[in-house]
Amino acid sequence: MTSSLTTDVTRESPSPPRFLAGEKVAKPDEGATLAQSEIKISVRDFDFFYGTAKVLHGISLEIPARKVTALIGPSGCGKSTFIRSINRMNDIITDARGKGTILIDGQDVYGSNTDVVELRRRVGMVFQKSNPFPKSIYDNVAYGLRIGGMRNKRQLDDIIERSLTRAALWHEVKDRLHASALALSGGQQQRLCIARALAVDPEILLMDEPASALDPIATSKIEELIYELKDNYTIVIVTHNMQQAARVSDRTAFFMLGRVVEYAETNTIFMNPKEKMTEDYVTGRFG
Amino acid sequence: MTANLRRRKVYSGLFEALCALAVIVALIPLAMILFYVVKEGFGALNVDFFTHMPKPVGESGGGMANAIAGTFILICIAAAFAVPVGCLCGIHLSEYPGTKFSSIVRFSADVLNGVPSIVVGIFAYGILVLPVKRFSAIAGGVALGLLMIPIVVRTTEELLRLVPGGLREGALALGATRGRAVFSVIVPAALPGILTGILVALARVAGETAPLLFTAFNNRFWSTSLTQPIASLTVQVFTYAISPYDDWHRQAWAGAFLLVMMILALSILARLAVRRLERMNRS
Amino acid sequence: MKRSDDRSFRIGTGAFAALVLLIVAGIAFELTRQSTLSITKFGLKFWTTKVWDPVSGDFGALPFIWGTLYSAILALLIATPIALGIAIFISELSPRVLRQPLAYLTELLAAIPSIVYGLWGIFVLVPIVRKIEIAMGAKPALGVGMMAAALILAVMVIPFTSSVAREILKNVPATQREAAYALGATRWEAIKVAIGFGRTGIIGAVMLGFGRALGETMAVTMVIGNSPQISASLFKPQYTMAAVIANEFTEAADELYLHALIEIGLLLFIITVGVNLLSRLLIWSTKRRAITTVVMPMVSAEEVPA
Repeated sequence: MTSSLTTDVTRESPSPPRFLAGEKVAKPDEGATLAQSEIKISVRDFDFFYGTAKVLHGISLEIPARKVTALIGPSGCGKSTFIRSINRMNDIITDARGKGTILIDGQDVYGSNTDVVELRRRVGMVFQKSNPFPKSIYDNVAYGLRIGGMRNKRQLDDIIERSLTRAALWHEVKDRLHASALALSGGQQQRLCIARALAVDPEILLMDEPASALDPIATSKIEELIYELKDNYTIVIVTHNMQQAARVSDRTAFFMLGRVVEYAETNTIFMNPKEKMTEDYVTGRFG
Repeated sequence: MTANLRRRKVYSGLFEALCALAVIVALIPLAMILFYVVKEGFGALNVDFFTHMPKPVGESGGGMANAIAGTFILICIAAAFAVPVGCLCGIHLSEYPGTKFSSIVRFSADVLNGVPSIVVGIFAYGILVLPVKRFSAIAGGVALGLLMIPIVVRTTEELLRLVPGGLREGALALGATRGRAVFSVIVPAALPGILTGILVALARVAGETAPLLFTAFNNRFWSTSLTQPIASLTVQVFTYAISPYDDWHRQAWAGAFLLVMMILALSILARLAVRRLERMNRS
Repeated sequence: MKRSDDRSFRIGTGAFAALVLLIVAGIAFELTRQSTLSITKFGLKFWTTKVWDPVSGDFGALPFIWGTLYSAILALLIATPIALGIAIFISELSPRVLRQPLAYLTELLAAIPSIVYGLWGIFVLVPIVRKIEIAMGAKPALGVGMMAAALILAVMVIPFTSSVAREILKNVPATQREAAYALGATRWEAIKVAIGFGRTGIIGAVMLGFGRALGETMAVTMVIGNSPQISASLFKPQYTMAAVIANEFTEAADELYLHALIEIGLLLFIITVGVNLLSRLLIWSTKRRAITTVVMPMVSAEEVPA
């Protein structure tokens, strides 16, 4: 089942998520260079401006499908801005604009054919500080489904259970689905936000420092989760925690002052970086 | 795009358009009122209006000189009453914010803010008119002052809270008493805002009519006595408006125009005062 | 030496603070004291009697309670959607450059004195309403009546509800809307999320408008017709609590009459204070939730848009 970001009419109602259909994809060879068919997101010469200030300079990356790609670098170097450009969340900021190409499955994210609302359904996002709605746990996860038109209670129940299971939260909340989401702990709220994002069946999951506001135990739960999720989702994670990047990601891009200094397999970046700046950063000489 | 998505986008656009419509709908009466006030009021203004007393019933001509003076006197009395009470109360609330007493006082000020002006008028009637069996300018002024107090209290407290704590500590460290520290250092720092609050409160009560109806009452003649009934622009406009005389209707519009101008002037004054005092504070 | 200075400062300012407290208590006390004749004579029947006959000394406040509630509720029905629409437009939809001017214009509506509204009401609004009534076949088409009163009250209430609603929406954390957008919401759906977050406060804003409408005197008395009759008709002249006090206070020939009017004032006091306090409670609780739910994420200086 291929996805389409164009405005062609494809189907009337949202179809069941892929993991319900039991789809499983074999992991491609870890060490090989990226084949064309394995590239999910292709970024070419992407600049970004807040007003007249240029914050991203000529970003070029190819992000593989169903892997975890980490973006590391010191604070303020544009990682968040970049990741928010992929699902065009920066559109809601006035005076912000991007220049260049971002392709998802070959379709231009900023193209005139692309519908932003549909794009954001396809590309899920988890934020630095969890932001559940002041509703019940059930209603939070159901939100994306309901605005998409799903009304059937049994369908909703099913998907919500799967999503919460996928987010490793089901067992903790299954008896209190209608309790307020705000009563959960910080780590639980973040997993709820992940479940909420998963419910609409995205192919890509963007995570902007998802564990930075959490304690170590909650953090490791999230990292475990990311490791499990990558079987079915392309994950791009921004983190300022290098150990975390080393633990969960397959490829890592090192950002510095709005540029990609180096982008390679995680092992290479951390053990055998090509650039001196990369080496200085990962060995802790600065940043 | 799916049909569902298309429908949602249509809804989105529709509701956004309705919000824009709401803005337009609200601006229509505003425009109309200002238009009529300027059109009817400005045209009816003449020198007589400012210099003559009202003529007896049925006779044309005359002016509202006594009412203009009366309004001025009333807001002076109101300010004389409300500014000390409101400011000192606000100072107390900002210096001792956590006490139970302060919470109760703050609550009372909130309650007072919500009391309809006519009820405040009844109160002023009961304590200032009834005992002496006479309407007076003081009763009217106090009624207006009562309405001003909650606004002054709130702005004073909020602005004093904004003054950096370092200022107070500095003054106290130099050996100043609490009182001196507050009055010589903290209040001056917050003065522009406090003044604005007072002017805003004045603008609000200058346009009040209901509480004056049975406190200051009205006066056909020139009077500046504090213990006699006194005319006011608002009550005069009301009296003329509900009368059957065309000439009085025209004068009512003129009075309304003057009122609106006065309130506008007070607001502009408030803004200027802030800017000038802030400049003074900085230099 | 210093300690006693501090003490006298505290007591001195405290005395003025206490004065504010005393004033409020005094209002309640004085209103009660000045209505005892009426309270003792009529008791609870006062609130259920329709008759208001100063000549025979028979007083009942029901027509005024009816008129006040009816006009205020009608005004709310008209004003609330408009006020919310304005709040949403200014805080979410309008181009940044328009925000201040539009906000200022809305505040201007609140700055116009009641008497000026009343004047415009008599000479401009009432003739228009009369034309509408004639077109609708109402008899007699006076122009003054419930419709004119509800309309003018609605206009006066709009700025209050709108500015508080705007504050509430401004305080909804941006991350709530972002969460909605990231899930594929349209702009209106994201706005609905913001409204949902601030719903308690918005109800508070509406109640604030309600309290304002209940206590409004001059504009209402100039267009409502001042006739103590109970009617669901929009065209019949009616009477409100504030209006009857304003009109008949100085005409009250005997003490009973005066006390009856003041008793109405007492009820008005209780109702408006109650509504206002409730509204403040609702608004305050929403503001608290906005602050405690979200802690600002660590966004670096370069990544924060200007």
